[in-house]
Formats: sequence, C-alpha cells, structure tokens
Amino acid sequence: MLALADFLVIGAVLFCLSVAGIFINRKNVIVLLMCIELMLLAVNMNFIAFSHFNDDVAGQVFVFFILTVAAAEAAIGLAILVVLFRNRHSINVEDLDMMKG
Amino acid sequence: MGNICLAIVLAPLIGAILAGLFGRQIGRAGAHWVTSGAVGLSFFLSLVPFARIVLGDEAPYNANLYTWLSTGGVDFHVGFLVDQLSATMMVVVTFVSWMVHIYTIGYMHDDPGYQRFFSYISLFTFSMLMLVMANNFMQLFFGWEAVGLVSYLLIGFWYTRDSAIYANLKAFLVNRVGDFGFLLGIAAVLMYFGSLDYATVFAAAPKFDNAVITVLPGHEWSLMTMICLLLFVGAMGKSAQVPLHVWLPDSMEGPTPISALIHAATMVTAGIFMVARMSPLFEMSTTALSVVLVIGAITAFFMGLLGLVQNDIKRVIAYSTLSQLGYMTVALGASAYAAAIFHLFTHAFFKALLFLAAGSVIIGMHHEQDMRKMGGLKRYMPKTYWTSLIGSLALIGFPGFAGFFSKDAIIEAVAESHIPGAGIAYAAVLSGVFVTALYSFRLVFMVFHGEERMDHHTREHLHESPAVVTIPLILLAVPSVLAGAWFVGDMLFGTYFGSSIVVHEAHDVLGHLGEHYHGVFGMMTHGLVQPPFWLAMGGVATAWYCYMKRTDIPQRVADAFAMPYRVLLDKYGFDRFNEWFFAGGARAFGAALWRGGDVALIDGLVVNGSARAVGWWAGVIRHIQSGYLYHYAFAMILGLLVLLGVFVHGVLA
Repeated sequence: MLALADFLVIGAVLFCLSVAGIFINRKNVIVLLMCIELMLLAVNMNFIAFSHFNDDVAGQVFVFFILTVAAAEAAIGLAILVVLFRNRHSINVEDLDMMKG
Repeated sequence: MGNICLAIVLAPLIGAILAGLFGRQIGRAGAHWVTSGAVGLSFFLSLVPFARIVLGDEAPYNANLYTWLSTGGVDFHVGFLVDQLSATMMVVVTFVSWMVHIYTIGYMHDDPGYQRFFSYISLFTFSMLMLVMANNFMQLFFGWEAVGLVSYLLIGFWYTRDSAIYANLKAFLVNRVGDFGFLLGIAAVLMYFGSLDYATVFAAAPKFDNAVITVLPGHEWSLMTMICLLLFVGAMGKSAQVPLHVWLPDSMEGPTPISALIHAATMVTAGIFMVARMSPLFEMSTTALSVVLVIGAITAFFMGLLGLVQNDIKRVIAYSTLSQLGYMTVALGASAYAAAIFHLFTHAFFKALLFLAAGSVIIGMHHEQDMRKMGGLKRYMPKTYWTSLIGSLALIGFPGFAGFFSKDAIIEAVAESHIPGAGIAYAAVLSGVFVTALYSFRLVFMVFHGEERMDHHTREHLHESPAVVTIPLILLAVPSVLAGAWFVGDMLFGTYFGSSIVVHEAHDVLGHLGEHYHGVFGMMTHGLVQPPFWLAMGGVATAWYCYMKRTDIPQRVADAFAMPYRVLLDKYGFDRFNEWFFAGGARAFGAALWRGGDVALIDGLVVNGSARAVGWWAGVIRHIQSGYLYHYAFAMILGLLVLLGVFVHGVLA
C-alpha cells in the first residue's frame, strides 16, 4: 500500500522539475508554458493525495477548478505566444527582455 | 484749540493729496495755489497758539483726539501737545515751508514733475507738524518716519539720475540705522513706563533715577542712560551727527528748495527738537549728556572744516548745516536746551535763506553749481547778493544778526558747563567760529566778488531771478536779522519755554548766564570784546585775503599740506569706510550665504543631493531588473522560500 508521503514526494519531484525547467530553459517560451502546467499538476497531485487520505472531497473539487483555470490559461498563453512570435519573429527566451530597467 | 490744531495739520495733507492725486485735473497753477494756500493757512493758524500760549499766558494744550489702537493695556493715541516749544516749532516749520512753496513756483517752473513736487513738500509739512505736535512717542515716531520717507522721495526727485538714486538710498539706509536705535529707545520707555504718553512718562521718570537694566548678562547699566543714548542714536541719524552724517551732503542731489526746507531748516532739526522735548529724561543722565556734548562738538568742528575744501556751492552750505547742527547738539549736551532751540529757530531762517539764495544763483548760472566758474555776480544779482550777505553774517554770528545771539549763547553755555567733555567741546565750538566765518565768506567772495570766471554765453544771460524767488529771500532775510535780538531775552533767560523744558539745577548753565544778562545791547557790546567775535572777524579777513587779494594762497596751502588736504577731500574716509566695511561686508556676507547656504547647502545638498542619491541608488537597483522572466521567477521562489522558512520557524517554535 502506498503511503501519503509517496504521493507527496511525486508532487515535490514534479514541482522541482518544473521549477528547474523555468530556470534552466533559455531557448523556448513553449517549454516555459509547459513547465507552468506541470507545476499546476504537481499541486493537483498534492490536493488529490490529501483528499484521499483525509476522506474529504473538497480537495478534488479544487483540482477541477485548477484544471479549468489551467486550460484557460494555456489557451491565453498560447494566444500571447502566437502574437509574440508575429511581432518579434522569435520565441527565444533570451531575447525577451523588454521589461529590463 | 483742538480744531485749530487739526486744521493746521490737515490743511497741508489735503493740499498734498489734491496736488498729488489730482495733479492732472487741477493743472500746474492749481497745484501751486492749493498747496501754498494750504501751508499759508497753516502758518496763520499756527500763529494763534503761538500768540495765546507763548505770548499770552494760556496753559499748554494737551489732548488726545483719537484712539488709534488699544492693546494689552497700552493705548496708542493721536493727540496734540501744544506748549511753548511746539508752538515755536510750528511757526518756524510753517513759515519756512510757506516761503519754500512760493520760491518753488519760480525754481521748478520748467520741471515736468511740478505737481508731484508740490505734493511732496506739502506732505513733508504735514509730517513735520505731526512730529512736533505729537503728545506721545508713537505719533512722534510716525512723524519721524514720515519725514524720512518724504526726504527719500525728494532726494530722488530726479529719479533718472543715478547719483540721485544712490543718494536717496543712502539717506534712507543711514536713517534706518538711527531709527533702529530710536525704536529701541521707545520700546525701552514702553517696557519700563508702560505708557507712551509724554506727560505720563515725564511724570514717572524720577522714580527710575536709580533703576538699572541688564542687557548683557553680568553688566548693569543705568536705565535712564540707556534710554537716552538709544533715543539720541535716532537723533544722530535724523540730525546728521557724526558718524551718521554721511547722508546729508549727498542729499544735495535733490532740488534746491528741498535742500533749504528739509536738509537745512526743518527735518534735520527733528533730532534737536526731540532731545529738547525729552529734556526731563536727558537731565537724569549726565553720561548721556556728555555723549551728546562730545558728538556735537566733533560734528561742529570737523564738518565745518570739510566746508573749506568743497567747490559745489550747495555742498559748502550742506557742510555748514552739519556744523551748525553740531552746535545745537553741543547746546543740548550742555543742558542749554533753550539755546539749542533758539539756534534752531534762527538757523532755520538764515540757512533757508542761504540755500534759497544759492538756488537763485544756480538759476542765474543755468544750473551750474561749481563756485570756481562763478565770481562777480554781485553786479548781476543785487537782491540775491544782499540777502545772502545777510544770511552769511547771521551764520558767522556778526553782532546784531540773529545767529550772533544764539551762537554766542551756546559758546558761553559750554564754557559754563562742568560735565565731562565740556573742555573739548568749548575748544571745538570756539575754533568752529573761525572755520564758519572762513567758509561762509569764501563762498560769498568766490560767488559774488572777484573776477568773472563764467563762460561768455552764461554771462550774457545773467540776470536777477524773478520776484517769486526774490520775495521769499527778502521775507527770510527779515527774521535772519531781527529774530535774534527780538527773542533772545525771553527765549534764553526768561520764562519763554515755561514747563516745556526741564533743566536740572546742577546743569542750569543758562540760568547762570542770565544773571549777567543786561539786555540786547549789553550782550552785543559784551560780544565785541569776546574771542568768538574776533575769531569770526579773523575768518572773514582770512577769506578776503585768500580769495580776493592773493588768490594763489589756497592752492599753495593745499600743496603744502597735501596729506590733511587729501583727508578733507576724502571727507575723513567715512564714505569709503562705509562702502568698504558695511556695504562691502554686507555684500561679501550675502555672497558667502549665497554660495555656502543657497548654492552648496540647499541646492547642492538638499535638493539636487537627494535627487542624485535617489538616482544613484536606482542605478544600482536597476541591474536587478534584467527583464528575463526566469530571474523574476527565481526571485518569487526565493521570496516564497523565505516566507515558508519564517512560517515553519514560527510553527516549530
């Protein structure tokens, strides 16, 4: 039987992977978006694990919300990406420093 | 009496307002009619209190007409005190002013500022009357400042000339120094006496005989000495005593009628009048009297010397005025207040006469004031010559003329006085007589006698001035001869001033002199064998010899005594010192404040400095703002970790 800690470790591993993806990746904005999605999924994993072990469905309800928001965010994110590419002809993260002070 | 006083004061004010504000409507003739009419009215009205109080034996009038302000238990009134002293002053002021008004009609005939000029001189008459008729310190101060203001306006009357602007600013600033002392004196009076009313203050004065005041910690000074000295600082400013005399010679930049009215006959005597008015206070402090005596003596002698080297006709008379004011101050210091006022009274007539005569000469010479370009004018301007000869004789104290009685009384009074400094003062006033005669007759000989040194064009147009100019001269010549003999017995030795002047018994030099007084002719015959007469004659003879007989002597004397001559030409360096020390010092101090305080501290450090500090800090901070998303994300994670750390630490603890 799998223990709660196992699920939490998976969640943490997924989260760390996505954080590493954000930091290490310098090439592709799409990878960034995917990393954010992965981060949300890691959080979902924690929610479900706690929901199961606490016998409380509220956690699963939250997961639905997060999935919905994630889907919407992905759609908007990709749309921004398309516009970005049209304007700058690049999706290289290194080039995206318009906010530099 | 109240209504008469009010009319005397307000008539010139109304004249000034009409001529000043409605000058265009009433025109040039309207302006001189309304102002000289108003001042003439004042003169005739002021004869009423003179007749009733001085010649009759009516009690002095003292009443408050209006309460201007009442605060903290102190009332500021507008009120009049008309006693023997102020009634005399009122007659002198209004008479001389009236003469000057009439004279101005001729003198300023072509000036574009005609109405403005009449407005100013009427305003001056109003201010001076407010000053002499005041019954409290506040109103005295009002008149004091108002005459200062009018003097400023009139010195700068020709305001397009740089020298006039310089002179009026100088007069104003030097007078501010004196006024500062005066104001402090009034403040001290208010602080200790709790009232500004003359009668109250004088009545309470004996109670403060031994009072002391601590200005600097550890030094106690006599209260009365302190008050008197502060008030006298004011008198030094207005009456042009050393070292605050520097403004008076420069004030000759104004039109000549003004030199006659303000800077010779009336305004400059305000300080003398004030000290005489404050005699109950000054009598309580021998120290203050000594200071007054010594300052007066210095002014009387050393300013007279300056008159010897001047070539501008008006400046010679200006230095003579300074010297005569010194004589009056000496008389005040010797407690011979009556002699001071008597000299003020006679001097007002003959000095106004001399100035107006000088003005008449200046008109004739087409506004040439240099005496080296005159000479022999006697032939062309007989009326001017005879009247100015009378004025000069009165000035040097020739027996029988007005100046003789007043000046002789001052010299004798100083001889009688025993307060510290009297010895020096006696020497100064006695040698001053010689100097006075020398410069007066130097002027007469250089202007009216000898060879004609003017150019051909000027000589062709030389003629006697019109009647509006010569009639005031003649009218002023009459009192210049008679006023002395007429009033000497009463004013000096009689009960003329009644209770308006208080003299301490130990200081009563005039009372002493009065014991030897045996009528006008006695005084004149006595005068003929006294040193002052022979000194004056010596002065006249020297002037005749140097400027008529051997005209090369003055130049040789100047060459032989080059050093003293330069000092005299330099006016003892007062101007240079003031310019270097006070003006230069103030400018340097201002520049230091500007560079150090404004530019460096406020602009540099506070304003621009804080902006630069923010800019520098922002420059450092902006390196963090790289614009890369992953940097921001990293910062967020880092922040999250810190918050979590704190949270977990809190939970565990």
